[in-house]
Amino acid sequence: MGAYSSDRTAAATASGPSFLTLYSSMAFTGLAAVGLYMLLTGSGEQFNVGEFILSISPYQWSLLGIGLCVGLSVGGAAWGIYITGASLMGAAVDAPRIVTKSLISIIFCEVVAIYGLIMAIVFSAKLTSVSDSTITSPEMYFKGYALFWAGLTTGLCNLVCGISVGITGSSAALADAQDSQLFVKVLVIEIFGSIIGLFGLIIGLLVSGKV
Amino acid sequence: MEGLYYNVDNGYLEGIVRGYRANILTNSFYVNLTQSETLDDVKLQLSASEYGPVLQNEAHVSTSLLAQKFTEKMVQEFEYIRAHAVGDLQKFLDYITYAYMIDNVILLITGTLHERDTRELLDRCHPLGVFDSMPALCVATNVAELYNTVLVETPLAPYFKDCLSAEDLDEMNIEIIRNTLYKAYLEDFYNFSKSFGGATAEIMAQLLEFEADRRTLNITINSFGTELTKDDRAKLFPNIGRLYPEGSLKLAKADDNDQVKMVCDVFLEYRQFFEGTMGVGAAKTLEDRFFEYEVHLNKVSFQQQFHYAIYYSFLKLKEQEIRNLVWIAECISQGQKERINNFIPIF
Repeated sequence: MGAYSSDRTAAATASGPSFLTLYSSMAFTGLAAVGLYMLLTGSGEQFNVGEFILSISPYQWSLLGIGLCVGLSVGGAAWGIYITGASLMGAAVDAPRIVTKSLISIIFCEVVAIYGLIMAIVFSAKLTSVSDSTITSPEMYFKGYALFWAGLTTGLCNLVCGISVGITGSSAALADAQDSQLFVKVLVIEIFGSIIGLFGLIIGLLVSGKV
Repeated sequence: MEGLYYNVDNGYLEGIVRGYRANILTNSFYVNLTQSETLDDVKLQLSASEYGPVLQNEAHVSTSLLAQKFTEKMVQEFEYIRAHAVGDLQKFLDYITYAYMIDNVILLITGTLHERDTRELLDRCHPLGVFDSMPALCVATNVAELYNTVLVETPLAPYFKDCLSAEDLDEMNIEIIRNTLYKAYLEDFYNFSKSFGGATAEIMAQLLEFEADRRTLNITINSFGTELTKDDRAKLFPNIGRLYPEGSLKLAKADDNDQVKMVCDVFLEYRQFFEGTMGVGAAKTLEDRFFEYEVHLNKVSFQQQFHYAIYYSFLKLKEQEIRNLVWIAECISQGQKERINNFIPIF
């Protein structure tokens, strides 16, 4: 049974990439055909990335930044908490004493979400309603882009920070269950992991500071 | 990258297994245990360990009872993990049990050959390798019948394809079937573990390669002075491991223990096995050295997180612990206290 099913999964994984390449080659051919058509009929300028970006409202940019900031941060925190939590549950069966201490690891992950939340609040305080005539001014575009990239920087930093703290946290729980002396040592590593989220926070504040 | 997704399905079980590992008896416990004078002392000592509850209600302990209770406990823990496992891990744990199934199949057909009582044989089977159609094994008289009536429905069926050429079930053929099955199983398990990639592939490769090499060496040494031809011997060697292909090729041509020793001389880890083990009065047998090295490899696999090899290693360490305890109990009950320290400490 086992040998057969392993053959089957091997066949399934082998067919997976071939479908992917089929679809991607079809998409590429289609795009190339449209592109060539536009180029040869003299309408190639219709494909204009810069104009497309400029046509997006600065409101859209800034709100997207705020959304990504809080969304990615919360995603990172949740990811970290589940990694730590799952290991913690298992390890705590044999050594119930570790539960209270390991809550520190959970809180470290939670902090990442709070970073994102604070930044989102800071960013949204900078949102103001402007009249239609000034919304396309360079100043407004700067504000929109600044908030978008500040939000994305903070969000991504917090995402990887949350994962890193989560994985270290799960190791901390398992190590603590084996030998309680190890907890503090692993916790120090975890603290270093949680600091990388702060880096994103600082850069986010700097970038959005001039808005 | 395993860290990102491993805990979705297996985080809880990894914690559980590491909890079980923490309960494995330490060297200082063994030192205290070897001071016991009677089996009742052993029971008293064990009551402080995780085996306390399973021995609590036994008024009279014997070595066989101890072995049975310890095995029950190990199986219980493994079944707990198995019941909670999903997806790939479940398949991985199934693979681990195939080894016990092979042992059971061989036990039953050997027993039938010697006309033992079926029920007694079934009792002696390892609980991890039990499958539904097992009692039917006792009626088979040749390999084709064995395969068609019983084994075709078990997971072992694919491994049997190399054994079907054997005609009768005599002592020699059974041994060949055992080793052919094990070879096919090891190679299959090896490829299966490799398919996971990452730490699982790396650590399982090491463990299974050693297992394969151990079998290769054992087959070679045990085949000296038997009817097994050198060609047949070479067919039984697993096609994985450190010894494969060069070492296996040389071992297939070896005629005595000295040549085996010479072949292993170029493999740093295996060279030490042969130092002071050959000969009658040796303190440690080759088998002991193998076990020692296996324990070492299994201990190392706990040093990494987010992989499947710990489930395999846990079972192997637990088996070694049971062997140790049974050895100590046996030495005490037979009054052979000078040999009591021949167990292999784990932690």
